[in-house]
Amino acid sequence: MSNDSSQSPPDRRPLIAFAWLWVGAPLVYGLYELVQKATQLFTG
Amino acid sequence: MSPPVAPAGWSRWLVPPAALSVHLSIGQAYAWSVFKPPLESSLGLSGTQSALPFQLAIVMLGLSAAFGGTFVERNGPRWAMTVALICFSSGFLISALGAATEQYWLIVLGYGFVGGIGLGIGYISPVSTLIKWFPDRPGMATGIAIMGFGGGALIASPWSTQMLESFGSDSSGIAKAFLVHGLVYAVFMSLGVLLVRVPRSEKPVEGAPSAFQGPQVSARGAVRTPQFWCLWVVLCMNVTAGIGILEKAAPMITDFFADTSTPVSVSAAAGFVALLSAANMAGRIGWSSTSDLIGRKNIYRVYLGVGAVMYALIALFGDSSKPLFILCALVILSFYGGGFATIPAYLKDLFGAYQVGAIHGRLLTAWSLAGVLGPLIVNWIADRQEDAGKHGSALYGLSFVIMIGLLVVGFVANELVRPVDARHHIPAPREETADVERQQPESA
Repeated sequence: MSNDSSQSPPDRRPLIAFAWLWVGAPLVYGLYELVQKATQLFTG
Repeated sequence: MSPPVAPAGWSRWLVPPAALSVHLSIGQAYAWSVFKPPLESSLGLSGTQSALPFQLAIVMLGLSAAFGGTFVERNGPRWAMTVALICFSSGFLISALGAATEQYWLIVLGYGFVGGIGLGIGYISPVSTLIKWFPDRPGMATGIAIMGFGGGALIASPWSTQMLESFGSDSSGIAKAFLVHGLVYAVFMSLGVLLVRVPRSEKPVEGAPSAFQGPQVSARGAVRTPQFWCLWVVLCMNVTAGIGILEKAAPMITDFFADTSTPVSVSAAAGFVALLSAANMAGRIGWSSTSDLIGRKNIYRVYLGVGAVMYALIALFGDSSKPLFILCALVILSFYGGGFATIPAYLKDLFGAYQVGAIHGRLLTAWSLAGVLGPLIVNWIADRQEDAGKHGSALYGLSFVIMIGLLVVGFVANELVRPVDARHHIPAPREETADVERQQPESA
């Protein structure tokens, strides 16, 4: 019989965090630039 | 290539970032305008000529999504994302060669033709997989991915601008910028290729319905149903109405308030365009997620019905109130984005998850037509009105009436959507899924 603990799936949370950071970081940069430009509607 | 099956314990929350890595990249297409002025000055091109790579890319997007959808379904998302990565990045590399040697046709071929294939295959690559992973929230899942396409331009526009400032706007600088784009996007998209997996079973989530619940229709069968063509009209009308504003947003807001005590400056108009982009993106995730709660038909009633009311408000009172004009335009653009993002889930409701990616690809031909129709209507009418001596908001009144008419046509088409007739259903739609646990059926 195989050992139960050896079959437990690996913890994916670090990979999930990395993957979301990978796509999230440039998106935050884009949104920051967008907000900077959008404020010109009220200040320009 | 067989679809990559998720190992036991694979999280479905790894699939949206995989999809986003592709959509955020290919969304760069909407930031092409950054390259237009330097190309025109360094290669001596006209505005029409410098738009050619973008226009060809959008045509190729529609064609490759329509004709490549079946291959995407057959070979799986990793194959599709790999093709998208190779084509999109190669497009930039070929363009870099074109700029370095001052051979403009290479830029058209690279960015427009080769890169355009990457756009189409990349756009549809994660749709079917996301729907299978999120059978309980297909609208939200596809909304996240398709939001990425809107977000891609937000990233690329300032990034490309800064790169051209660093490298210079001559042909050598443009070549370097294209080269960096090709390499960086290849690395960025590789996350999607590496992470994407199809679920092991039809029920990747405990307690959620199967994505294959209900009738299943093949892509070939779907285009023979009136439902497909009703949705084609719905998408075409919704996109046309949105592009009608998006295309001329900056001159439109300037013209509307030119004769008032509070005219809109050039920088304020640029801010308005940026705000519309935000509404477009927010609508993709917001409205598409809402459709999971209130239903697909109802959300399109909102897009098309309330959209028509918004256009009517702009036409009647827009020039008397700037906040009202801005608010209505933002709502219309959020519906424009929402319409794009919700359509895969609507297709899944009607035709099942079996070949939803391929069906979605075929439906995107509506986008190609709308991309021509929307700007054509607004620009042509504005030019004619100007020739007739009109100015200000009067340039757009007739366009808005036409947009309201188009939205009503879309509304009626949505009302005509009924469940697909049983003669179009296929009996055993399982051979192309990675259903490795099907041999151990769960109790219903």
